[in-house]
Amino acid sequence: MHKFLIRSFVSSLVLLFTLTVAAVAKDVKAAFVYIGPTGDHGWTYQHDVGRKAVEAAGFKTTYVEGVPESADAERVLRQLANSGHDIIFTTSFGYMNPTNKVAKEFPNVKFEHATGYKREHPNVATYAARFYEGRTILGTIAGTMTKSNVIGYVASFPIPEVIRGINSFTLAAQKVNPNIKTKIVWAFTWYDPGKEAEAAKALIDQGADVIAQHTDSTAIVQMAEKAGVYAFGQASDMDKFAPKAVLTSVENNWGPYYVDRVKAVANGTWSQKDTWHGIGDGMVVISGLDSQMPSDLQAKVKKLQADLASGKVHSFTGPIYDQKGNLMVAEGKTADDGMLAGMMTYVKGVEGDIPK
Amino acid sequence: MIKIVKRDQPSKAIFFFTPVLAIFLTLIAGGIIFYILGFKPFEALKFFFIVPIADKYGFSELLLKATPLCLIAIGLSFCFKSNNWNIGAEGQLTFGAIVSGGVALLFYDQEGFYILPIVILAGAIGGMIYASIPAILKTYFNTNEILVSLMLVYVSKLILDYLVVGPWSNPEGFNFPETRQFSDSARLPLLFEGLRIHAGIFLALAAVVISWFVFYKTYLGFQMKVSGFSLKTAKYAGYKGKKMIILVFLISGACAGLAGVGEITGPIGQLHREVSPDYGFTAIIVAFLGRLHPVGIILASLVVAITYLGAETAQIFMQIPKYTGQVFQGMILFFLLASDYLLFFKFKFIGSKK
Repeated sequence: MHKFLIRSFVSSLVLLFTLTVAAVAKDVKAAFVYIGPTGDHGWTYQHDVGRKAVEAAGFKTTYVEGVPESADAERVLRQLANSGHDIIFTTSFGYMNPTNKVAKEFPNVKFEHATGYKREHPNVATYAARFYEGRTILGTIAGTMTKSNVIGYVASFPIPEVIRGINSFTLAAQKVNPNIKTKIVWAFTWYDPGKEAEAAKALIDQGADVIAQHTDSTAIVQMAEKAGVYAFGQASDMDKFAPKAVLTSVENNWGPYYVDRVKAVANGTWSQKDTWHGIGDGMVVISGLDSQMPSDLQAKVKKLQADLASGKVHSFTGPIYDQKGNLMVAEGKTADDGMLAGMMTYVKGVEGDIPK
Repeated sequence: MIKIVKRDQPSKAIFFFTPVLAIFLTLIAGGIIFYILGFKPFEALKFFFIVPIADKYGFSELLLKATPLCLIAIGLSFCFKSNNWNIGAEGQLTFGAIVSGGVALLFYDQEGFYILPIVILAGAIGGMIYASIPAILKTYFNTNEILVSLMLVYVSKLILDYLVVGPWSNPEGFNFPETRQFSDSARLPLLFEGLRIHAGIFLALAAVVISWFVFYKTYLGFQMKVSGFSLKTAKYAGYKGKKMIILVFLISGACAGLAGVGEITGPIGQLHREVSPDYGFTAIIVAFLGRLHPVGIILASLVVAITYLGAETAQIFMQIPKYTGQVFQGMILFFLLASDYLLFFKFKFIGSKK
């Protein structure tokens, strides 16, 4: 009896202690601001998958979807900061100025802005993913699988992020197949199924038999499925939308980063930084490879993936030439992050000009 | 038995009563929708319509949101009253923002009291230029202004895209699609420290007063009214129809252009791809909900503005999908059009006498 009392006393103490720790740690509330609907199966969908990972880790989360980058963004941010949220993730480039503005008014709230470059206050961090590493994999697959040697690429906006992807993709494709050409169609949208499908159609009509995309909807892979050409999923695993066309997808995996940062707020260790993670840190994930790909290609892709993760291979390793034949990166060198961040010229092998 | 009888004349009382009825029905239907979705209806409605404006800041945000809606709707009422169906206010807003933004960018590194008036004027002129296209095509080539003005919306957005991506993009901005920030002299002054409500609200109020004067105290207002009832009558009376068409389109374009100026020189402070979350289209609902009457439009712009704020609050506090806000806007218009039936018909109870 005596023993039992002590044991129950100790165990209740332990329970109380864990409960208290849990209560302290899990009091942190995180908020997410989305540009699109959570059901877009692309950009916003993947951020919401990340948010659910934060919930699974035991934190309370809130989200607001479809927030335009107009004057409305600032109000939503202020309301979230005002209603007891400790960390706010703003997941579109256009929220950059509102994020910094509201961050100034709420020094105790942490702000995390995706894909931007402004960190005007100590409570603003930025983060982005090295999607170009994923595109090195896609380029390798596209260069091997194409028969017409014409590869189509539906691009969104002529910004460094997208140009970098086109270049990384083309360089990798050239490495396995020096004869390929990358044809670009600019859709001037991130998400517009109608426009994206039209762009894909135009590329297929010009002889492209593999289509890559830097826009978010599933319209392109579905168009590829109909036309009997190959394609790659963007942001999330799009295999189920076009099982024959999709060879693999590059997935944006925000969950680990989000959990990390929210935990850092809970532990009081959060600090401002600029994060740019790739395959190695698990922010960029390659989905399962389609069985239509020959086994030696699959093995090659697996190895490349491991080498990109370990840093043995860099997507931009010299010699790299621009369209006019000028040397961009010398032999044996790799492009540094500064050059990648401001990349606004096509490499050799990309057709057409960057819209100005 | 109830019989439906046509009224001899549309009822004036019911004309102003039906918008109120429409809002009331929207609240009931909204409550039912919340209930079906599994939310407590009264709590949801509270977060939708009361919580967002419960404090000073919330109320200032309501006015900020209502300002462009009111301004555009006042302009549109000139067109709609005189039977001109300008559906392209969104394009006129965008083009006004482009022109005034372009001027503001010219002065990006300068300060001076003269900058803001030039920027505002440029926006009004931009809107007028853009509105004159459907007007001129209608008067001289007999085109359909609904189609022309609507399609020009997409053209204006593409022009804006081109400019902010290309020639006007911020040289220090890593080629992201946005311009430099305007200088402080090109920004509309804030009315209160810490709130976003800006001097643009005076433009909207001025438009309200001027439109009331024109509609009810001038010959032009009378001409518009007659043309609205019957174009044939207007022609018979000898009104110069072409001049009036162009004039109402110019007024409407100027108002939309000024709304664009208010957004970019008020809360935004630069040009980027998303200057307006479709204010130009939502203002059509505002104009009709306000019965094309200046005072009605003020009230209607406040009602519609709150559906935006409420949708955000409801998602933050109750996890109700934010797109419900658009459902509410749609329902208001739907119930308004439906209850307009009462304008022309009445129910007659004839059960008692057999």
